[in-house]
Amino acid sequence: MSRLENLFKEQSKRVLNVYCTAGYPHLNSTLQIMESLQANGANIIELGMPYSDPLADGEVIQTSSLHALSNGMTLQVLFEQLSEMRKTIHIPVVLMGYMNPILQFGFEAFCTRAKEVGVDGLILPDLPLFEFENSYGKTIKDNGLDFIFLVTPETPEQRLRKLDSLSSGFLYAVSSSATTGKDKDFSQVAVYLERLQKMNLKNPILVGFGIKDKQSFDAVNEFTQGAIIGSAYINALAKGEDVGETTKQFLNGVLGN
Amino acid sequence: MQVFNTELNYQNPSIEGYYGEFGGAYIPEMLFKNVETLKAEYLKIMQDPAFIAEVDALLKDYVGRPTPLFFAERLSKEIGANIYLKREDLCHTGAHKINNTIGQIVLAKRLGKTKIIAETGAGQHGVATATVCALKGMECVVYMGEKDIERQAPNVARMKILGATVVPAKSGSKTLKDATNEAIRAWINEPNETHYIIGSVVGPHPYPDMVARFQSVISKEMRSQLLEKLGNELPTHVVACVGGGSNAAGAFYHFLNEPSVALVAVEAAGHGVYSGLSAATTQLGTHGILHGSKSIVMQTSDGQVLEPHSISAGLDYPGIGPLHAFLYESKRGTFLSATDEEALASAFHISQIEGIIPALETAHAFSVLPKLGLKPSDVVVVCLSGRGDKDLATYMEHL
Repeated sequence: MSRLENLFKEQSKRVLNVYCTAGYPHLNSTLQIMESLQANGANIIELGMPYSDPLADGEVIQTSSLHALSNGMTLQVLFEQLSEMRKTIHIPVVLMGYMNPILQFGFEAFCTRAKEVGVDGLILPDLPLFEFENSYGKTIKDNGLDFIFLVTPETPEQRLRKLDSLSSGFLYAVSSSATTGKDKDFSQVAVYLERLQKMNLKNPILVGFGIKDKQSFDAVNEFTQGAIIGSAYINALAKGEDVGETTKQFLNGVLGN
Repeated sequence: MQVFNTELNYQNPSIEGYYGEFGGAYIPEMLFKNVETLKAEYLKIMQDPAFIAEVDALLKDYVGRPTPLFFAERLSKEIGANIYLKREDLCHTGAHKINNTIGQIVLAKRLGKTKIIAETGAGQHGVATATVCALKGMECVVYMGEKDIERQAPNVARMKILGATVVPAKSGSKTLKDATNEAIRAWINEPNETHYIIGSVVGPHPYPDMVARFQSVISKEMRSQLLEKLGNELPTHVVACVGGGSNAAGAFYHFLNEPSVALVAVEAAGHGVYSGLSAATTQLGTHGILHGSKSIVMQTSDGQVLEPHSISAGLDYPGIGPLHAFLYESKRGTFLSATDEEALASAFHISQIEGIIPALETAHAFSVLPKLGLKPSDVVVVCLSGRGDKDLATYMEHL
């Protein structure tokens, strides 16, 4: 059973996935951040692989990505940093990023290396269903990695069911069609999430985009297994002085501890 | 299994938008519905006789088509071949870009869209988009790199006069690549009412094919004009500059399956192909994904997209349309380049021997003519994609 599967078996509500950009704010802060996320109640770590042209991301994550790149972050460096992560990190870790850097690394080599260091799954927003089915999906599955598709309020039901059937670990419900870091009208989001809830999908659902604090986290948990927070945490890191203290305060705020 | 278009059919990508291994639609799910609708509808709409009639009438009475095919006598004598200029600079708004925006605005109306967004480099596509939005009463927002806003001030003013909102792209290199990122992000944020008019043969499928088809009027006219002038529809060479590659795609289109016609694409070498300040994508790039399609991309070994350089904002792009990547790799096209300095020299030279001030982008195409080893019997058509008014500030610095 995969770490993600295990997690959702043990916890079916208020699962918190926190995104952070690898190599941000400092090249070598990656593991320290992961450790403090784990220590302060995050259930999943979504580690962003920085890219120069992140199409689905808003300004906050764009800025953190460029910052990480100028710190010297590369996939090579990232895998070196993660090579011993399983000595201290016990919660699921998923990598989020864009196809181009992975293709340059070599798609197969990337999947093999990710599995080796103990990564559990992948979120690749610009790897669409067609390409997944026709070429890349097999390599991902052969390496025992979970693949998490995004779905939006505009995704037609038949396609949504297909994306659910091809996903494993969880399904990433984008709260509305938008880039990351935008505020959302949660009354509309609720209608959408209720619809998802009633579909009896195979995978647990985590909601992302627009989740930023306790209020928004609580709101989506009514309908789903949990949520993903990204831009709000990166913002906190950008303002905070000490990574450990910032993470603790931020997660305490979201979880209401 | 990769679904590749194995037959060499340059005019028709596969159903999923592949030219050979290039193309496709690598887009986030947030754009799926819009792109899927476009993919399902574009060919149907473009083949509808009423649509064709509406677009043709606008191209004739509003754009001023057909554009002349002009025999450049002094240039021909100098080069030692028969050089014809396809006068896209005489289109309304001063460049070929409007061929595409006319088609896409009529298409956007059919799709029930009320708002248009676009990216622009030199500002020609932005002006062409703002123009058709004014014509059709659509809201228009144009994303333009901050650096390009500075170097193309007259076009920024034109867009504003035409009622468009110009939004500076402040990320990355602050040029065309970043303007395209911003436009795609804007589209993600308001997909339902908005149509994104991409200005080149780039982006996710069906854009490269759709834009190539709208621009193909250039080569369609070339064929009938050559037949009328020379009794033969086929030239020996067609020469065009390439950034993303829309004027080249249009100028090549109806000759793609005519192996006797040499297709010459001219990229911007900036300070020199290997100077570190260049935009010669096929020479410097490797296979990658940029702006939603697989193509040749200028990037680091770690897959980060590089900042290109060209004196011409319209060629300052680290990618190239998937059709051109396929023409390059299959060797159907000849890819050459011209430096900033060569382009400037050509711009002045063409101005002074033909009385036509070309755009800086177009000037790159003229620079390679002496290098083609042309014979006196050769018939060469140069796509004169745009006029140089927008580049006056740059030209004045070099007078």
